[in-house]
Amino acid sequence: MRWRAEAMPVSSILDRRLLFVTGKGGTGKTTIAAGLAWLLASMGKRVLACEVDAKGDLAATFEAHKVGFEPVQVPGGPSVMSMDTEASLREYLKLQLRIPIIGRIGPLAAAFDFVATAAPGVREILTVGKLCYEVRERTYDAIVVDAAATGHVIGHLTAPQAINDLVKVGLIRSQTDWMLDILNDAATTGVVVVTTPEEMPVLETIELLAEIDDKTQVDVAGIVVNRTLPELFGVRDEGVFAEIAAARPGALAETRFDGVFDAARHATARRRLAAVHVGVLRDAIPEGMPLGFQPYLFTRAEGLRATRQVAASLGAEFA
Amino acid sequence: MTAPPSVRRLAETREILLCCGPGGVGKTTIAASVAVLAATTAPGRVLVLTIDPARRLADALGLKGIGNDVVQIDEETLRAAGVSPRGELWCAMLDMKRSWDDLILRHAPDAKTAERILSNPLYQNITGRFVQSHDYIAMERLHELHSTGEWDLIVVDTPPTRNALDFLDAPARMEEFFSSRLLRWLIAPARGGLLGIAARPFTQIADRILGTQFLEDITDFFLSLQSMYGGFVDRARAVSRLLSDERTSFLVVATPEAAPVREADFFLDELTRRGYEIGALVLNRALPASLALNETEVAAADLAATAPQVAGEVAASLGLDAAAAERVLAATGSAARDWAVVARREAAVRDRLATIAPLVVTIPNFDDEVSDLQGLLALSAHLGAVP
Repeated sequence: MRWRAEAMPVSSILDRRLLFVTGKGGTGKTTIAAGLAWLLASMGKRVLACEVDAKGDLAATFEAHKVGFEPVQVPGGPSVMSMDTEASLREYLKLQLRIPIIGRIGPLAAAFDFVATAAPGVREILTVGKLCYEVRERTYDAIVVDAAATGHVIGHLTAPQAINDLVKVGLIRSQTDWMLDILNDAATTGVVVVTTPEEMPVLETIELLAEIDDKTQVDVAGIVVNRTLPELFGVRDEGVFAEIAAARPGALAETRFDGVFDAARHATARRRLAAVHVGVLRDAIPEGMPLGFQPYLFTRAEGLRATRQVAASLGAEFA
Repeated sequence: MTAPPSVRRLAETREILLCCGPGGVGKTTIAASVAVLAATTAPGRVLVLTIDPARRLADALGLKGIGNDVVQIDEETLRAAGVSPRGELWCAMLDMKRSWDDLILRHAPDAKTAERILSNPLYQNITGRFVQSHDYIAMERLHELHSTGEWDLIVVDTPPTRNALDFLDAPARMEEFFSSRLLRWLIAPARGGLLGIAARPFTQIADRILGTQFLEDITDFFLSLQSMYGGFVDRARAVSRLLSDERTSFLVVATPEAAPVREADFFLDELTRRGYEIGALVLNRALPASLALNETEVAAADLAATAPQVAGEVAASLGLDAAAAERVLAATGSAARDWAVVARREAAVRDRLATIAPLVVTIPNFDDEVSDLQGLLALSAHLGAVP
């Protein structure tokens, strides 16, 4: 299937129907997922934003109360849900198997939990299966997943294949084919990797890209470099700053200016270091891979107001 | 008289220090620095155990691919980096697959059982993909290393878990897992006992969903593993005891940003609730304290307002272009005002956390990322500072 991604024009991030937003912990993947969901919703699409790890952070970005498996519509924005594998199993049994044991879901869920503990991919397939199901049902135009962090997202993306390998017959096995069709179609599904312009996040991003390529057929839709600092001085002015900061003539010698120069030095050092890491990233990613930048927010970067800002700036980067 | 709490004192009085916290805050680097601190200030043998599959400790220590073995950082390497060790510094990484293999080989009742487990398709998957198995094996490995009695202090870099403290529950969960009725149900039919009937409703449904071969694999796997049950449970209990007694203390690591701090709050709550000892909260990558000062902000505002005049004087005295000097001074003033906002927010966070944690240690943001021994040494100096 891979040839399709190369032979056909790359589908924009904003055209896909299922986006897995991942990234190293602490890079702001939830914020970016929320921004993407808000952006898509503001384009008039019916959007579902789904949090996989149930920490409640995604709902907080929309200033919604803690949400569960049942999606909650945010006024003017996406519907938000939180993944719950037991609820997903219940829905699956009801819809797919018509197993009449609704009253006895407790013991069955416990049993299933047990099997899932033993057989990896079983729990993950309930997450991926639910998402693929929503894609197939076309209830939403786009689904944005605040997915697991870099270390764990592969487990989700490979779940249908893992089940395919492990389970030779049975109903679950027969379900994996259509899931793989959805996941492996670059026009439908894409991974968005969020990073910051720092060493470890960039390194993990590069490793993740290689792993996705190696172990899955899922397409990477783009990379977002979050918390990019503005340039303080142009190249010529950096020398001027260095001279002034070293000499600090006249009033600038007063100690009250220490912190001022510390701040500017800090800002330029961070920016310079960030440029190095962005360079490493650029060199490592395939040509034509969409790469967008999100500014560092000096103001409090939480809540709906921040989500709207992120959505607007993502729109400017990826439209 | 009691000495004030400090990371040094923790390193000198505890056998295990567990660094926990959200991902991306520099946990691995902090763990390595605590070990460097211990090895430079006390004469014992220190081991840092990293459980992060990303293998970052190797980078931080300038080592490549040290695998699952325990390796000593030799004294020459330490001295070359400016570290004067009083003790020995060792490090170990956790190779998930090898740790599981070793565990099975060591504790299986006989070679045949070991072989049966190792060749089961589920086993391959559990060791390769199963997320929570990281947590369990990490605790097993800690137990194994600690019980050798070879180290005075083991600093542990905890795995990045989806649910912050999963790794603490892993031993208990493993115990629960092996003692569960479900396991007995599941393996009963294979034994051909009367219990096979009780297992039927589950197997029927499971059979429809998962298929017979898969169920047989599962059953076979647990039947083989059952023989190791006692050992699993014993060690799980030993680890739980070790973590909750006075030999162990926890260092919660975070950066002073909204999301990591929220997680740190959660860690502090949970550790307290479970009765674990919180040694310190390490606030990594903080801005220089000077940025948060009132006088800095006043000075920055002055500079932004008077940039043209000041620039004239500065340009004249240094022989610079006046327009360039003005641009630079205006940008400098505005950067200081922007960063002052961030720095004050950080200070507020620190003050609040100091009311919860017995000790808050602030580590400044280093211009260069800490990736070598010199960096760890510089960091350890901040960690070791007695407030």
